[in-house]
Amino acid sequence: MMAEAGLGLLWLAAALSLLQVAVGALSLMGKGEALAPLMKPVAILQGLLVALSFLSLIAVFLSSDMSVKLVAANSHSDKPWLYKLSGTWGNHEGSMLLWVTVLALAGAGIAAFERRIKAETLIASLMAQALISLGFYAFLLFSSNPFERLSPAPENGMGLNPMLQDPGLAFHPPTLYFGYVGMSVAFSFAVGALLTRDVGAEFARAMRPWVLGAWIFLTIGITAGSYWAYYELGWGGWWFWDPVENASLMPWLASTALLHSVTVLATRDSLRAWTIMLAVVAFSMSMVGTFLVRSGILTSVHAFAVDPERGSFLLALLALYIGGALTLFALRIGTVREGTRFDLVSREGFLVANNLLLSVVLGTVLIGTLYPIVAQAFGQQVSIGAPYFNSTAGSLGLLIAFLMVFGPVTRWRRDDVRPVLKRLMLPALLLAGVTVAVLLLAPDINILPKIGMMVSAFVILGSLAPLWKRNLRRTPLFTIGMVVAHLGIGVALAGMAAEAAFTREVLAAAKPGQRFEIGPFSVTFNGVKPVAGPNWTALEADMRVERSGSGKTFTVAPQARMFSEPPTETSEAALSTHWDGQLYLVLGKQDAQDRWQVRMWWKPLVTLIWAGGLLIALGGVLALVGHLRREARSRWRREYWMG
Amino acid sequence: MRRLLIWLPLLVFGAFLLVFVKGLVLPGDRVVTSRLVGQPLPRFTLPGGVSGQPGLTTADFADGKPKLLNFFASWCVPCAAEAPQLLALKQAGVEIHAIAIRDKPADIARFLGSYGNPFARIGSDVDSNVQIALGSSGVPETFVIDGKGIIRHQHIGDIRPEHVPQLLSILEQSK
Repeated sequence: MMAEAGLGLLWLAAALSLLQVAVGALSLMGKGEALAPLMKPVAILQGLLVALSFLSLIAVFLSSDMSVKLVAANSHSDKPWLYKLSGTWGNHEGSMLLWVTVLALAGAGIAAFERRIKAETLIASLMAQALISLGFYAFLLFSSNPFERLSPAPENGMGLNPMLQDPGLAFHPPTLYFGYVGMSVAFSFAVGALLTRDVGAEFARAMRPWVLGAWIFLTIGITAGSYWAYYELGWGGWWFWDPVENASLMPWLASTALLHSVTVLATRDSLRAWTIMLAVVAFSMSMVGTFLVRSGILTSVHAFAVDPERGSFLLALLALYIGGALTLFALRIGTVREGTRFDLVSREGFLVANNLLLSVVLGTVLIGTLYPIVAQAFGQQVSIGAPYFNSTAGSLGLLIAFLMVFGPVTRWRRDDVRPVLKRLMLPALLLAGVTVAVLLLAPDINILPKIGMMVSAFVILGSLAPLWKRNLRRTPLFTIGMVVAHLGIGVALAGMAAEAAFTREVLAAAKPGQRFEIGPFSVTFNGVKPVAGPNWTALEADMRVERSGSGKTFTVAPQARMFSEPPTETSEAALSTHWDGQLYLVLGKQDAQDRWQVRMWWKPLVTLIWAGGLLIALGGVLALVGHLRREARSRWRREYWMG
Repeated sequence: MRRLLIWLPLLVFGAFLLVFVKGLVLPGDRVVTSRLVGQPLPRFTLPGGVSGQPGLTTADFADGKPKLLNFFASWCVPCAAEAPQLLALKQAGVEIHAIAIRDKPADIARFLGSYGNPFARIGSDVDSNVQIALGSSGVPETFVIDGKGIIRHQHIGDIRPEHVPQLLSILEQSK
């Protein structure tokens, strides 16, 4: 019953989105003024209906209704409830339903809360949003029905991939989806503004909180995904340049650029065409990412089912939306008036430099990710690995981080070089000091981590420069947010550089009682014992660790886990976190002579990578709250004076 | 100039779209074929797969008769599935050599005990070096080697009953 209700709700929501497109088109052509007031309620109702549909899919999963095909294929009645819940979006159909739910809820959000842009532009934007939803409803209903029944119903399901049975991962996909799909609002606004030729500061102020919100979710999603890959895969790395990771990085790069250009547009009314372009690109990257992941066109560690029919469907949607938006851009952007001009040395100047460099990084990541497909189309097989991405995107990233420090201490419109450099005196001195220290103390490490350490020191101190000699209590919250986010970049960079430069590794076949030295630790392997969990059994190693100098000892227990449904082995790394880094231990297989493969890493300051990621997101939250508060205050003031 | 710039994003996207279409239309074939087909067998010397038995070297393929070279492992389920077909090929008079991948003598002996032994000689490749040298990426895989030691054909995956006549005809042509 629940499944049928969910399917019915989905059909209703699809019908409403069709209505929304029709009403929007009519009123834009000037024929449906009587209908225009319908637009907002329809958008809100559509959001509610599809949210209810998604809730009924959750209910079907929680009640382990094995007569629903999707549940039988992806869940198991013995599973802990949290993973029954996350099983809802841990598969193709469910995750696409979540996708369209977020899309429709974002549309409902615009309809309910957006008061800044012109009524006509709002209607055009809601129409664009509904048009996107409509395509994805069609995709769900005609080629990926999540509520399909199975007859006869099996006793038990197939189970969820044990790799995904992890509390962190349960909420990683929804977080990323809020980010991906949140960008749809920026896209719809851009399309709406192009249709009504209404691009300006007011429009940018309306777009900014949506971009900022989506960007915060993307940042958290990527940070969490990176930490998950780090501890769950047991390979000791935190970023693999896997196509699916790149699929999340590309929208982030585009939206980071958009975030900065939308600020220029909102504050100075410059970069009109460029901001519109970035808004289109940011969401296009989300859709391309979804396509790459969902069509199976690329091989990746995220082994999703390959289905050519679904791939073609998604590709058609992609062609329609991205192609349509780019055509509209080409036709209309010539009629958008040019914005205010500015000098090369100005805050706008640095923001443009940031935007151009971010776009180049985006381009290199895109080319690296798609090159295997291009090569395959010409009958060759290649794979592009970390060395390409590190040397291109990595070195450009360092340049961006370095330049990032200059923008915030430069004035809008025009400034001189000398005062800017004077404001950065202290960070520059620190940079010189760290450079000398690195060259003297660690001359043997690779060039990228070396420069990374220097730049991170410069960024950490330099990002605080805008607060120098300022009364913190009178500093606007969004300025503090910017400082925190930039500081986060510096902190993450420090972690990346330290991890790359100073990681120590020991691979050994260990006999019980054997002792190993790694970094500041000595690790004694005391043997292996069996343990059992709710739906798994495991071999657990007993490893005694002593930190040299302090005499402190503790025990860590990496596991090799065997899951029963589906039968899979996973490796549960043991992580021991210290203020100056993490000790990372993995238990491998036993060999014929009763020795166990053990892998050990000491990763100094590695936790700074994710701490930095969280700081970046926190900076985003502070900026968002700051902007919303200021707007609420100015609206209140306006109403007070007028009222 | 500005006009061209405005249309450029659409053109770039169009190019990507064409590549995507081609990527989807192409058969979803992720099998890696060896570049060594038509080339001589790389030189190798492997110890025996089963204790007390002789090993396998390149020289074993240079006696003028075409042969099969089968990569298998006791831990590989499809290898057990193709065992009857290998026995049938042996009955048809084909000489089959094998290389066991990442395996132990006791496990190999147990595997041959349960599924039959169609192999003339078995070499043991504990670290997959010879497998990589031959451009093979998994087990089971079977190569047709002609009498001069030239690789004539690579069969990826398990040999199903319908593949047996095909392999026999390739062996015939390799004479």
